[in-house]
Amino acid sequence: MTDALGRARSVLVLGGGSDIGLAIAGRLVARGTRRVVLAGRHPQAMAERARDLQVAGADVATIPFDAADIGAHEKTIAAAFADFGDFDVVVLAFGVLGDQSAFEQEPAAAGLAVVVNYAGAVSAGLAVAKQLRAQGRGRLVVLSSVAGQRARRDNFVYGSSKAGLDAFALGLSEALRGSGAGVLIVRPGFVRTKMTAGRPPAPFTSSSEDVAAAVEDALDREATAVWVPAKLRWVFLVLRLLPQPLFRRVAARSARGEHQ
Amino acid sequence: MPGEEAAAGSAPQLLTGWGRTSPSACDVVHPQHAAEVRAALQTAPPRGGIARGLGRSYGDAAQNGGGLVLDCTGLRSIGSVSGEGLVTVGGGAPLDDLSQAVVPQGWFIPVSPGTRFVTVGGAIAADVHGKNHHRDGSFCRHVTSMTLALPSGEVCTVTPEDGAELFWATAGGMGLTGVVVQATIRLLPVQSRFLLVDTNRTRDLDETMALMEQGDEAYRYSVAWLDLTSRRSPGRGVLTRGDHAPATALPASSRSRALDYRPRTRLAAPPWAPPWLVNRLSVRTFNEVWFRKAPAERRAELQSIEAFFYPLDAAAAWNRVYGRRGFLQYQCVVPFGAEETLRHIVSKLAAAPAAPALTVLKRFGEASPSPLSFPIPGWTLAVDFPAARGSGLDAVLDECDRLVVDAGGRVYLAKDARMRQDLLRLMYPHLDEWRKIVRRVDPHRRLASDLDRRLDLTGTRRARKQG
Repeated sequence: MTDALGRARSVLVLGGGSDIGLAIAGRLVARGTRRVVLAGRHPQAMAERARDLQVAGADVATIPFDAADIGAHEKTIAAAFADFGDFDVVVLAFGVLGDQSAFEQEPAAAGLAVVVNYAGAVSAGLAVAKQLRAQGRGRLVVLSSVAGQRARRDNFVYGSSKAGLDAFALGLSEALRGSGAGVLIVRPGFVRTKMTAGRPPAPFTSSSEDVAAAVEDALDREATAVWVPAKLRWVFLVLRLLPQPLFRRVAARSARGEHQ
Repeated sequence: MPGEEAAAGSAPQLLTGWGRTSPSACDVVHPQHAAEVRAALQTAPPRGGIARGLGRSYGDAAQNGGGLVLDCTGLRSIGSVSGEGLVTVGGGAPLDDLSQAVVPQGWFIPVSPGTRFVTVGGAIAADVHGKNHHRDGSFCRHVTSMTLALPSGEVCTVTPEDGAELFWATAGGMGLTGVVVQATIRLLPVQSRFLLVDTNRTRDLDETMALMEQGDEAYRYSVAWLDLTSRRSPGRGVLTRGDHAPATALPASSRSRALDYRPRTRLAAPPWAPPWLVNRLSVRTFNEVWFRKAPAERRAELQSIEAFFYPLDAAAAWNRVYGRRGFLQYQCVVPFGAEETLRHIVSKLAAAPAAPALTVLKRFGEASPSPLSFPIPGWTLAVDFPAARGSGLDAVLDECDRLVVDAGGRVYLAKDARMRQDLLRLMYPHLDEWRKIVRRVDPHRRLASDLDRRLDLTGTRRARKQG
């Protein structure tokens, strides 16, 4: 359990192959976490990436988990808690970015991406919440995105799925009040990861490590939401209010990376 | 509607220890007698149950996230004192109630921890010590029998002679062997509610330790308050030692009221304080005043029981001054001969990235036969820190743990809220002995606490699957 100085003893990463998920686990292990369970589609690949965590002193286990297989979520997550004991922090790190123009050519692919990013997160999030409630403590870290704050022409499938996820996480955070458990919503801007490889960097770009550091700090502060970098909170406060024609121009400029 | 009331009563409650860190939601029940304790244990949920008294253990010993907590403060009966000073009390009776009942009859509790607001059951579960440990040992040394509600549903009475194994496993057993529903305690005869106290102000840690080494044996009670924030002489302090005052030591006018013990709580901490209130500057200022206020040397001063034993109790809920982040206490003991280690730890804690707010040093005498009881012969140091997350305090305390383990010492479980699990066995070499008894009395693990889960105290919570 998270101790008096905010040190989590055990961490579960759903989407255990995610760069950001692994970076968060790395931060927590450096702080003293001794047990990490990575849940994802490719246990073999995750096991390779787990080596750094093991070198840092953690016991790492991998379990199969498919974000799209909604029917299996509750059972898989309950089994993880039963097999490995309480988790202090659960990171909901899975998600697909996809390619907006490809989605427009192939609507079914877009639907599947949304199933992973939103529907999968809802069922996994609720399954985790059930377990956290039962242990009377613990934090669920939900990786949302600023893309969910206002949909853009060039990523609105992804953006709308994150908008749904963000609203869900906010609601779940309310639902868990008084249960001893809580939610941390993470809203990064553009993060350089394997998911975004090949895309032009946008303004306010950060790294997985930046996100992980912000998450560690937000967990210490028991915050409900954190923006990475922090100033994006104010940027989006304004962006959400811009009239559409103006927002369109800002979005187009940032998409072309003119601010870099 | 009665239905509504029941529903409200069953809502989980967020509990923490005295340090106000690491809350968890627990179902709290309030048994009024042993039979209700038994019933609660019998119907405990899968995450088990744990007894709670007045919530003065600093960490997570008396909470059980997602499980049951038995608030035992309803078991507060206090029997009459026998001619030899034996008294039988309920497990939930506060030491405060007990001493208020017995001091007027010329008796005192044999061991007083730093607060009078602990229950007898809690005092047994932590095997608490006081300023007289070097002479009188820990609390359970003065317990002649305890009645336990066992997880099996059985209620049994054990003494140091009959059922000694369970008796000593319960002493310092952090509530994980059974619920203390009743205990018989041997009291100490006193003639007054005062103590005769000698005070010495010391220049530095070496002088403090030298004075204690030389003189402690001459006093029943001894404790040193240390200033770790002084730049010039960290470890300077105020040593207070004394014994109960005979009636003849009192001025003639007050002798008739010599046993008129009525402790009062004078003030209360504000309900809210900013987390930065306890910082290095405020602590240094407080320490400077406290140090200067003490006389360089004073002998045979009359001090009341409450002023001598429980100075912090004068302010109710003083734990709130640390703000919502709470605080923790690092208490360790290192054996005699490891004075170098003690000095090293003091200097590390003085330089810690959080303000060492309150520091106490004392000498322990003989250990008890309990496998999990904290005191062993040596020096015990207790330092309060604001629970400064992400400050690096955790790393400093980990380093201190290492030094403590290497010297053959240990950290006090009733205070701990952050220790690393892997050090437990090194600190408590009789752990396996204790676990064997726990497995016997509680094979189905009906007793459990957050402390147990965090440190895997009972050795039953290892992950079913390994990496």
